[in-house]
Amino acid sequence: MNLLKLLKGLPIGILAEISRKGGIHPMPVVNKILGIFINIGRSIPYIILLVAVIPVTRLIVGTTIGPKAATVSLIISATPFIARLIENSLRELDGGVIEAAKAMGASDTQIVFKVMLPEALPSIVMGISLATITLVGYTAMAGAIGAGGLGHIAISYGYHRYETDIMMITIVLLIIIVQLIQSLGQKLSKLLDRRRKGEN
Amino acid sequence: MIKITDLTKVFTSKNQNLTVLNKINIKIEDGDIFGIIGMSGAGKSTLIRCINLLEKPTSGSIEIDGVDITKKSGKQLLQLRKKIGMIFQNFNLLMQKNVRKNIAFGLEIIPVKDFVIEGMSKEDYSTLSYFKKRRFKKDEIKRRVDELLTLVDLKEKEFNYPAQLSGGQRQRVAIARALATKPSVLLCDEATSALDSLTTKSILKLLKKINEETKVTIIVITHEMNVVQEICNKVVVLDKSEVVASGSTQEVFSNESSEITQRTTHRYFS
Ligand SMILES: Nc1ncnc2c1ncn2[C@@H]1O[C@H](COP(=O)(O)OP(=O)(O)OP(=O)(O)O)[C@@H](O)[C@H]1O
Ligand SMILES: [Mg+2]
Repeated sequence: MNLLKLLKGLPIGILAEISRKGGIHPMPVVNKILGIFINIGRSIPYIILLVAVIPVTRLIVGTTIGPKAATVSLIISATPFIARLIENSLRELDGGVIEAAKAMGASDTQIVFKVMLPEALPSIVMGISLATITLVGYTAMAGAIGAGGLGHIAISYGYHRYETDIMMITIVLLIIIVQLIQSLGQKLSKLLDRRRKGEN
Repeated sequence: MIKITDLTKVFTSKNQNLTVLNKINIKIEDGDIFGIIGMSGAGKSTLIRCINLLEKPTSGSIEIDGVDITKKSGKQLLQLRKKIGMIFQNFNLLMQKNVRKNIAFGLEIIPVKDFVIEGMSKEDYSTLSYFKKRRFKKDEIKRRVDELLTLVDLKEKEFNYPAQLSGGQRQRVAIARALATKPSVLLCDEATSALDSLTTKSILKLLKKINEETKVTIIVITHEMNVVQEICNKVVVLDKSEVVASGSTQEVFSNESSEITQRTTHRYFS
């Protein structure tokens, strides 16, 4: 899975935050449209989306099975999800810091890149690890349409051939993967967080 | 000089208009330490935020050195703000950046040509403008930050993060950060209200020292009477969106005639 493609949600999340009422650059119409887009994306269960976008997938990648085909639905589903996470991370920021930057004459772009993103980094890292975990689940579902990976193994061996051991192994593996991502994200986030007293 | 003329600010919400500043007239001379006192909700913060256009005045004018700033927008507005420093009750430091990085912030976002050095001649300025987009070099920033660290006496904390500092130290960082671009005005909105009395004293001493050394005009909003008496040479009393008393600190505090002044000042004393 191409992790970089996940970052498509980042600019959308940033835009959603700064364009809201009370944001650093209010744009009500843009904000409304983004909100609708994010909400629609968030409200369709992945398994349904997976099937629903099959025609689109055929159009874009020319096939409806295999890893490439699955990527289409993964991106459609993950982008609004990540956008919302980023938006929330940015919204948690203390407005005072942004105001101080404004008072110093920082432009909107400078506020986003030199204040908001760095200040929200620990929370963004947590958000991205959460998103990755959700995506692990999605890729497993995508395995059903032959995207390969653990999902594919679980379905074709464990389900179609009744090989319970393999099913169990894939489940254990999934749990381990999720745990790893989770604790890695937490560690990294904590490492980046300078808001605690004590250490440097 | 800052000359505020008939400044009015009305906040409009769906069902009502709220006049927060009503035809305010104030004159602040260069080098003043100017106090603004008044009860909660009187409009003090709104007034000070109009000076760097964090709030847009509804009508009236604010002239700084003869230029009305209220019509400024875009690039000009950003440029204006770089020449007006501001500090806050809650310090508002960048929590993810260390002391040095916080102080350097203003210099990192500003092109060299926006940096006004006092006593700079027209020719110097135009040579500087030649490097229109040039940012400060690392060593230029380092030198200025070192200067400021010495000024606010925080050299030994330079690599600490704000979370590791006391309130007084945080406000020192904020002061250094606000002064980095050599502004001609420093706005202080309840800058000592979160500090104990001893720390307040030391911050006031620092502000006074800075005022004497750099001649920067300081505008101080406060709830604390002793703050005004300690450092301000002039003061206005704001009450319900209007200026009800103004003059030298001595005059205003000895003014027996104004009932509102007494009421306001009395509140603060008790
Ligand atoms: N953005 C805003 N929208 C609507 N009303 C506002 C806004 N900002 C301030 N006000 C109102 O304006 C009035 C004056 O507020 P301001 O913050 O200037 O008072 P203040 O004198 O600084 O008070 P305090 O001492 O409590 O800080 C208050 O009634 C406040 O509710
Ligand atoms: Mg206030």
